[in-house]
Amino acid sequence: MSAHAGAIPGQRHPLVNFVLRWVLTTNHKEIGTLYLWLSFTLFFIAGALALIIRAELFQPGIQFVEPDFYNQVLTLHGLVMVFGAVMPAFVGLANWLIPMMIGAPDMALPRMNNFSFWILPFAFTMLLSSLFMEGGAPNFGWTFYAPLSTTFGPPSTDFFILGVHMMGISSIMGAINIIVTIFNLRAPGMTLMKMPLFVWTWLITAFLLIMVMPVLAGAVTMMLTDRHFGTSFFNAAGGVDPVMFQHIFWFFGHPEVYIMILPGFGIASHIIPTFARKKLFGYHSMVYATASIAILSFIVWGHHMFTTGLPLFGELFFMYATMLIAVPTGVKVFNWVATMWRGSMTFETPMLFAIGFVMMFTIGGFSGLMLALVPADFQYHDTFFVVAHFHYVLYPGAIFGTMAAAYYWLPKWTGHMYDERLGKIHFWTATIAVNLTFFPMHFSGLAGMPRRIVDYSLQFADFNMVSSIGSALLGLTQLLFLYIVIKTIRGGEKATDQVWEGAEGLEWTIPSPAPLHTFETPPEVK
Amino acid sequence: MYIKEYIVAKTRRLTNSLILFVLLTFSHGAFAVVFDMREGVTDMSKRIQALHHISLWVCIIVGVVVFGAMFYTMFTHRRSKHPVPATFHESTLVEVIWTVIPILILVMMAIPATSALRDIEDNSDADITVLITGSQWKWHYQYLETDIGYYSNIATPQEQIDNLEAKTEHYLLEVDNPLVLPTNKKIRFLMASKDVIHSWWVPDFAVKQDAIPGFINEAWTRIPTAGIYRGQCAELCGKNHAYMPVVVEVRPEEEFDAWIEDQRLAMSLASETAVADRNKTWSMAELMPMGEEVYISHCATCHQPNGTGQAGKYPSLAGSEITTGDIAEHLNRVMNGQADTEMQAWAPQLSDLELAAVITYERNSWGNDANEVIQPMTVFTAR
Repeated sequence: MSAHAGAIPGQRHPLVNFVLRWVLTTNHKEIGTLYLWLSFTLFFIAGALALIIRAELFQPGIQFVEPDFYNQVLTLHGLVMVFGAVMPAFVGLANWLIPMMIGAPDMALPRMNNFSFWILPFAFTMLLSSLFMEGGAPNFGWTFYAPLSTTFGPPSTDFFILGVHMMGISSIMGAINIIVTIFNLRAPGMTLMKMPLFVWTWLITAFLLIMVMPVLAGAVTMMLTDRHFGTSFFNAAGGVDPVMFQHIFWFFGHPEVYIMILPGFGIASHIIPTFARKKLFGYHSMVYATASIAILSFIVWGHHMFTTGLPLFGELFFMYATMLIAVPTGVKVFNWVATMWRGSMTFETPMLFAIGFVMMFTIGGFSGLMLALVPADFQYHDTFFVVAHFHYVLYPGAIFGTMAAAYYWLPKWTGHMYDERLGKIHFWTATIAVNLTFFPMHFSGLAGMPRRIVDYSLQFADFNMVSSIGSALLGLTQLLFLYIVIKTIRGGEKATDQVWEGAEGLEWTIPSPAPLHTFETPPEVK
Repeated sequence: MYIKEYIVAKTRRLTNSLILFVLLTFSHGAFAVVFDMREGVTDMSKRIQALHHISLWVCIIVGVVVFGAMFYTMFTHRRSKHPVPATFHESTLVEVIWTVIPILILVMMAIPATSALRDIEDNSDADITVLITGSQWKWHYQYLETDIGYYSNIATPQEQIDNLEAKTEHYLLEVDNPLVLPTNKKIRFLMASKDVIHSWWVPDFAVKQDAIPGFINEAWTRIPTAGIYRGQCAELCGKNHAYMPVVVEVRPEEEFDAWIEDQRLAMSLASETAVADRNKTWSMAELMPMGEEVYISHCATCHQPNGTGQAGKYPSLAGSEITTGDIAEHLNRVMNGQADTEMQAWAPQLSDLELAAVITYERNSWGNDANEVIQPMTVFTAR
């Protein structure tokens, strides 16, 4: 870092140096930082889109946006949150943490690591630029069901398809890198069953990614040829059932749901033992439960499609398989409670977020179990009850998990303690706001409000108003989070190497802030 | 049977009291907010609500136990009260217990769900069959035992949607022609679509089934009480997805039969008027206002009231090739639509007179000055 270089002939301008350093870096910590900042930026963009939705739904009638633009906004909100905010955040954490946790000097394939990150800013620029194209952005929801997205999609759909391909390539490369790193670069003595749970959950997530991202790529490629090259993969006029699209999409989509939560499980399994000052309860069953959830995730896709006219046998199969997922998920929750049980707990911000994660994710799990019951699903399906369900597993689930991780490891990354008082304020306001936003959606859904509508009848007005107020508060609390993160990077109380007295793992044996290169000689794990 | 009813009633009482409790903190004015799934009016919707209550109570009880344990441990095992942590971290017995108990609970929930599902999927022995066809953004109902069929469009005025007028009670849930059904008959629905996937849903019947292009789905209901029931399209189907209501008017059997007779009569009357309409030669002055009316109610959502369309999506009609070019081509486009776009075929939806009027209107508005009139007879011949 020769930032003082000035205009000496033969030397580059400092700004050029700065850009080149970040564009060309192959260091896992720097790439992790890039991923986290990209995810944070896209989180705010997709959040702003959500606020447009909530502003429009504040009252019945058309207030701010036209119906077609509303559909564009809700499509981009979903796509950017899933592929731009949640997934890159977990990949960023993996980059930062996995090498430090297994005692490796870096990721196994550092150049590919660089490439898999740098595809993403272009993919999302392209996707978001579709908002300014003639005909507008994709307007068919993040699930892009055919034929709404194929025959009837706007011209920008092709940019969307290319964008999804790029995200897919990035994810697959990232996943390969993680698997190769975990299988080859573990420190001597670190057997698979000694790996920290974050590493385990990410290993399983990476396998899910490799298995399903190509399926998504296949789906969008078929869309592309249907749109331009006269094929009829999803076109009823060509003698095909358009529902095949949904089978293919959800064969990707359901494992995708677990891709967005399993690393969160790993994070909670680090933080809860640390602040309970007690070893994780049932390490082995945690690993097996994660693997079971991942395997089951491949045979439950039909539960997204109960109203498409599946045969009775199909409905029963998918109902039973889906209900089964409650068992390993329950085991995980019980194990976390048992870890806390008779510990010696303190409640720093990471612990608060981890407990919030467990509780509110469980609420999302409960509604997931209710949704599995096919007859009841005929009433829940495509209503705000579903919107409430998946936002509970994603916001206080995946996103609270990421925030818990950020508070927990920020001192290691920056060398500074975050502001504990502000962190706690952030947790409590975010928790109140999340519930204010998403809990009333259960009720509007049960009362009969379909999802993805720009305008609604008067009976749903009260719940929607509460949700909208909650969402505005929720947006504000995340600005506080941004402030806390920047403040921690710029200064603050010096963090020790151990940071948390109860923390265990190799990452706490290296200095804070973690130097650019760590574990150049592997540590010995007993 | 008695025990089952007793349990259902008990669950309902419990749920209601819980609701009442929450309601106290949540109600405003005299208008009570509803927190429960709608009970509906059919046996099946009531069974489904009971199933919802069972699963909800299972979740509440499990939640109370698990969260209770969490809060208990958070209060009693905090460092200030419990400075030395225990060291246990494994117990096969406990793990087996909390794997087996959830499985038993799940089996208990799966039994009523399975039996309800088997009944839902039993579409046999229907008394009446109605073919429901979705298209952007309206429903078409066809009574398969008769030749009666008609479109059902949203009836809420645009002014209410744009907040220019006060919204009335059934805002967005009102249509011009509701589906009319008899009480106490097993009604089979066949669902189809002309363009994208729609989903026909009436919460009070607990019937929600996707209408998919190229395929026909089935569902059934039996409605014990007469009344008006409202629902909506549940599957995102394009820009006016929010404006695709379902209204069902359920009448006692005799009234329903009388209605069917009325419809038959009306159809023949309509056709006599239609004959008279197409034998008459219409003037520009007669056709223009009629054409404007048709245009506003059917074309203006996309092409806009001033004919400018929407760049990149809906072509402008002012000065366009079609509206200023060959009239036969214009007629063809309006009657048969444009494949694979939202421009649908209007021939089956509008009468000869309406088509003639709207085409005349389009050719003589917004600067288009063809100054020519198309007669209903020409439309009729083109059919």
